[in-house]
Amino acid sequence: MKALLNNIIFVFVGDAQADRMVPPTGFTARLTLFASAAMAFLAVFAIALSLASGRLAQRWGQELAQSSTLRISAPAEQMAAQTAAALKVLETTPGIAQATAMSPDEQRALLAPWFGPDLPVEDLPIPQLIAIEETPEGYDAAGLRLRLQAEVPGAILDDHTRWRKPLQQAAGRLRLLGLLSIGLIALVTAAMITLAAQAALAANAKIIAVLRLVGAQDSYIAKAFVRRFTLRALYGATAGSFVGFLALFLLPAAQEQGGFLTGLGFQGLSAAWLLLIPILAAIVGFIATGTAARRTLKELR
Amino acid sequence: MIELNNVAYSYGGGELLSEIDLTIQPGDFYFLTGPSGAGKTTFLKLCYGDLTPTAGEARLFGQDVRTMDRDAHAMTRRRIGVVHQDCDFLDHLPLADNVALPLTVSDRNDLEQVANLKELLSWVGLKQRAKALPPELSGGERQRAALARAVIMSPDLVLADEPTGNVDWEMSQRLLQLLIELNKMGKTVIIATHDMNLIRAAKAKVQARVLRIANRHVQLAGADL
Ligand SMILES: Nc1ncnc2c1ncn2[C@@H]1O[C@H](COP(=O)(O)OP(=O)(O)O)[C@@H](O)[C@H]1O
Ligand SMILES: [Mg+2]
Repeated sequence: MKALLNNIIFVFVGDAQADRMVPPTGFTARLTLFASAAMAFLAVFAIALSLASGRLAQRWGQELAQSSTLRISAPAEQMAAQTAAALKVLETTPGIAQATAMSPDEQRALLAPWFGPDLPVEDLPIPQLIAIEETPEGYDAAGLRLRLQAEVPGAILDDHTRWRKPLQQAAGRLRLLGLLSIGLIALVTAAMITLAAQAALAANAKIIAVLRLVGAQDSYIAKAFVRRFTLRALYGATAGSFVGFLALFLLPAAQEQGGFLTGLGFQGLSAAWLLLIPILAAIVGFIATGTAARRTLKELR
Repeated sequence: MIELNNVAYSYGGGELLSEIDLTIQPGDFYFLTGPSGAGKTTFLKLCYGDLTPTAGEARLFGQDVRTMDRDAHAMTRRRIGVVHQDCDFLDHLPLADNVALPLTVSDRNDLEQVANLKELLSWVGLKQRAKALPPELSGGERQRAALARAVIMSPDLVLADEPTGNVDWEMSQRLLQLLIELNKMGKTVIIATHDMNLIRAAKAKVQARVLRIANRHVQLAGADL
C-alpha cells in the first residue's frame, strides 16, 4: 500500500534523475499519445451508450409499467355509452389510480404524425382511447378483461407488457455491449502501451546495460519508463475524452419524439466521467508499462 | 572476496578458460596478462558476475553467483568498480553526470559526493571537460572517465580492463598511481593489461601479483618479469 502510494506520488511529482537517464524516443511517445487519445474518444461513446441504454431500460420499465390503454371500437351511436360503461368499470377496479377518456384533440395529436394535422377525427370510425394510470400495486389484468368482456364488448385492454419486455431486454443488451466495449477498449489500450513500452526498452538496451553495469536495480530503470508512459497515457486520454465529450455535446438535442435517441445525449454523462477516463487510462498505462518493463528487463542481462 | 573453485567458461564452442582455482583477498593487487583473445575480459566478467561459470563455482562476497537474483547482482555491482575495455557511457548525458552515475542510481547523490566528484574529475584531468558529451571525448579521455566512474562509489574491488590502452605513458602512470592509492586504502585491484612496462612500473611501488592466462589456465606468474 505504501509502495503504491509512493509510486503514485512518483508519477506526478517525478524523479527528474531517473527520468534523465533515458532519452525519450519520439516514435513510442507519439504512438502512446495517439493510442490513448483514440481509445479515450471511443470510451466516451461506449460509456454514453451504456448509460443511455441503462437509463432507457429503466424508464421504459417504470413509465410503461404504470400505464396502459383501453381501446373501444364500436358503432358511432354506441361509442359514448360504451365509453361511459368502460370508465365505470375502470373506476371500480382496484389498482387503477385514474382512467381518462382521450378528447378528440388529444387523439388528433396522437394521429397527427401519420395522417397530418387536419384529420377530421370526429367523422372517422376511429376507436376511442382511454388512458389508464395504475397505482404502484397494479391491477389484475386478466380479471379486468373478463369484466370488460361482459360489460363493454367493444373494449380491448392493452397493458403494454407485450411490447415492453423485448424493448427492455434490447436496452439491457445494448448496455451490456457498451460495457463490453469499454472492457475491450481498456485491453487494446493496455496492449498498445505494452508494445510501445517494449519498443522503447528495446531501443534503449545499451543504456539499460550501462545502468545495470553501475549497479542500478530493475526497479530504478523501470521507473523512468513507467513514469513517462503513464503520463503519456494520461495526456492522450485527457485530450481524447475531451474531444469525445465535445462531439457528444454538439449532437443535435433530441426532440421529444426522438424516442431512443432522447437518452443518448450528453445528459447524465457527468463531468466525473471526463475525469475518470484519463485516470483509468493512466492506471492502465502504469500497470502495462510496469509489467512490460519487468518482463523485458529480466530478459536483458 | 572472490572465490573461484574449479571454474570453467565456454561461449558455446570449446572451453575458453578451464580449472580456475583462485581466491582474491581484500587488499590484493593483481595484474592479469595474456595475449589478445586469451580470455582476460571473460575472466573479469566472471569476477563481477556478468558471466556465470559454465562449470565450477564462483562466489562474490560470499554469495554463489548462481543463486544471486537480479537485485543481488545490482548490489554487488555497487561494491565493484569496473573499467570496461570499450567504456560504455550514456551518450546523451555530460561527462560529469556519467561519472556520477553509480551514485545517482543508488540514490547517494548528496553534497559530499558532489565535492568528491569535482576532486575526482580534476585527479583524472577531466575538470575542463565536465560538461562535454561522451561522443566528444578522445579515447584516452573516455578511459579516464571510465576509471573515475568505477571508483566514485569507493568500491571494495576495482576491475580495470586494459585501462591504459588508449593513453600516453604519462597518463597511464597517473592512472596507475590512482589505482595504487586506492589499493593502499585497502581496496582490491585487478588490472588486465598486456603492457609489461606498466606491470614493471607498478611492481616498484606496490606488492603486485601477476596472473597469466596460458593454455586456457590462469596461473600465478613467478617474480621474474
Ligand atoms: N560474447 C561472446 N560470444 C562468443 N565468443 C566470445 C564472446 N566474447 C568473447 N568471445 C571470444 O572469447 C575469446 C576471449 O575473448 P576475451 O575474453 O575478450 O579476450 P581478451 O580480453 O583476453 O582479449 C575470444 O576468442 C573472443 O572472440
Ligand atoms: Mg579484452
